[in-house]
Amino acid sequence: MYAQLVKSEGSKSREEMTPQELAFQERIDRGEKIEPKEWMPEGYRKTLIRQMGQHAHSEIVGQLPEGNWITRAPTLERKAILLAKVQDEAGHGLYLYSAAETLGVTRDELMEKLHSGNMKYSSIFNYPTLTWADMGAVGWLVDGAAIMNQVPLQRTSYGPYSRAMIRICKEESFHQRQGYDIMMKMCAGSPEQKAMAQDALNRFWYPALMMFGPSDKDSVHSAQSMAWKIKMNTNDELRQKFVDQTVPQAKYLGLTVPDDNLVWNEEKGGYDFSEPDWSEFFAVIAGNGPCNAERLGARIKAWDDGAWFRDGLMAHAEKAASRRIAAE
Amino acid sequence: MSGALEAVDRAVFAEWLQRIGDNVLILGHRVSEWCGHGPALEEDIALSNQALDLIGQCQLWLGLAAEVEGKGRTADALAFLRDAGAFRNLLLVERPNGDFGQTLMRQFLFDAFHIELLRALKASSDPRVAEIAAKAEKEVAYHLERSADLVVRLGDGTTESHARMQKALDLLFPYTGEMFADDATDRAMAEAGIAVLPSSLKAGWDRTIADVLAEATLTHPGEVWQHGVKGTGGKTGVHSEYLGFILAEMQFLQRAYPGASW
Ligand SMILES: [Fe+2]
Ligand SMILES: [Fe+2]
Ligand SMILES: [Fe+2]
Repeated sequence: MYAQLVKSEGSKSREEMTPQELAFQERIDRGEKIEPKEWMPEGYRKTLIRQMGQHAHSEIVGQLPEGNWITRAPTLERKAILLAKVQDEAGHGLYLYSAAETLGVTRDELMEKLHSGNMKYSSIFNYPTLTWADMGAVGWLVDGAAIMNQVPLQRTSYGPYSRAMIRICKEESFHQRQGYDIMMKMCAGSPEQKAMAQDALNRFWYPALMMFGPSDKDSVHSAQSMAWKIKMNTNDELRQKFVDQTVPQAKYLGLTVPDDNLVWNEEKGGYDFSEPDWSEFFAVIAGNGPCNAERLGARIKAWDDGAWFRDGLMAHAEKAASRRIAAE
Repeated sequence: MSGALEAVDRAVFAEWLQRIGDNVLILGHRVSEWCGHGPALEEDIALSNQALDLIGQCQLWLGLAAEVEGKGRTADALAFLRDAGAFRNLLLVERPNGDFGQTLMRQFLFDAFHIELLRALKASSDPRVAEIAAKAEKEVAYHLERSADLVVRLGDGTTESHARMQKALDLLFPYTGEMFADDATDRAMAEAGIAVLPSSLKAGWDRTIADVLAEATLTHPGEVWQHGVKGTGGKTGVHSEYLGFILAEMQFLQRAYPGASW
């Protein structure tokens, strides 16, 4: 998802827990929210920082593939909608960095980890947006997958994270709708437009499935995160839900999901479908996706080019403060 | 049909509306180029929001321009299907973004003019113009507050931020004269009571600029050569090389797939 392969710290059985750890786990089991000033195991704090940081980074790196088409949007209305959408993503980044800061890490520290490659962002944003239909596919599939994951996270155990998710989810459904609306327009349009829409689905289908992370059998860090209610569902559960929701939407558009093995399974009440190519997923995560260098490069450039600006504001604030003191 | 419409030639009225609509369209385009690349997350959000305001205003101004023109065109047709020579925006708004200081200075110089213009247009004899101006004024008041504040803080920040802001000011100031140069279109619109003469906005702008630059510890460039003030500037369709590239990008889909609906 926006947080893939988040390494979870330690996994203890109840017998191994200290009384304090046990009391903490019981609070979570009762559905209580953990607030910033309260005691928490170091592993819980560290895992949350990783997950929320990765989620925040995904929001801001996620501005780039869609930002790529703002200046080329085909109508004034579409331009305005896309601008509003990408602006929302920056806002999501801001909520999440602020929520992460309650755990004792600064936004600058998190940024530094993103830039040095020590923290990741979602693999999906390392794919290029090649046509206008990609704006449709990204809203429909990428925001759609994000919603799958973020709706349950509204109930996550950490208070500030849960509240950030509640705010974010309100906006995500607008994102998905605007994406699907672009797809509807393209599919009802000229043959070239419909072909663009199909091509966008072909390119984004498997990368969207990868957003949920590796298959449960290979997902080593899930158990502890689920016990802590930092992760609410397994990767495969969410992926199945996503496929079941998305396939009928593709049919409604008159588009073909690029999977010959896609078939309704009456018994499980869901679709059987092909797994993405996991070697590609791990290659993208390792930095070898089609746009990794551009995406991270753009973030680093923005940060470096902005240094004089941030320093200037800081210097002015200091001057203003000392003038105030002198005047008193 | 309103009295104002009869008071001035439709073509002149539409031309004048395109000047305002094109200013916000092209500036909105430039500002939107920052989306995802801002120097801080808060700035990124503020810039996108500003671009969004400007594109929204463009829809209203160009929508009215198309209506007044009465040839069945739409705001989108004006934005996406005119060539550079038919655009009427000021040279200032098509200047490249440069560093963030140049983007900010361009915004400040324009905002200070834009607010004077909109305040004057609230008293327009044409109620449609007055209505759009009133709506836009609220947004632009905020744009100016923000750009003036940042100009002050960066002008009076570090040695480097001061130098960058002074350079941006010196670079862009020669494009400000065009905002206040009256021509036949402006005079016809002012006579009809729909608009005011651009030259009448200069005193208010001068005050804002002088106050903010002083607080920012920046040096006013004074009397310098001004581009586009002798009837051959953006307002009459004589642009810089930059506009062609802006349009090549902006109009790409409409040009590549004529008649498609999006
Ligand atoms: Fe988001
Ligand atoms: Fe998200
Ligand atoms: Fe979103």
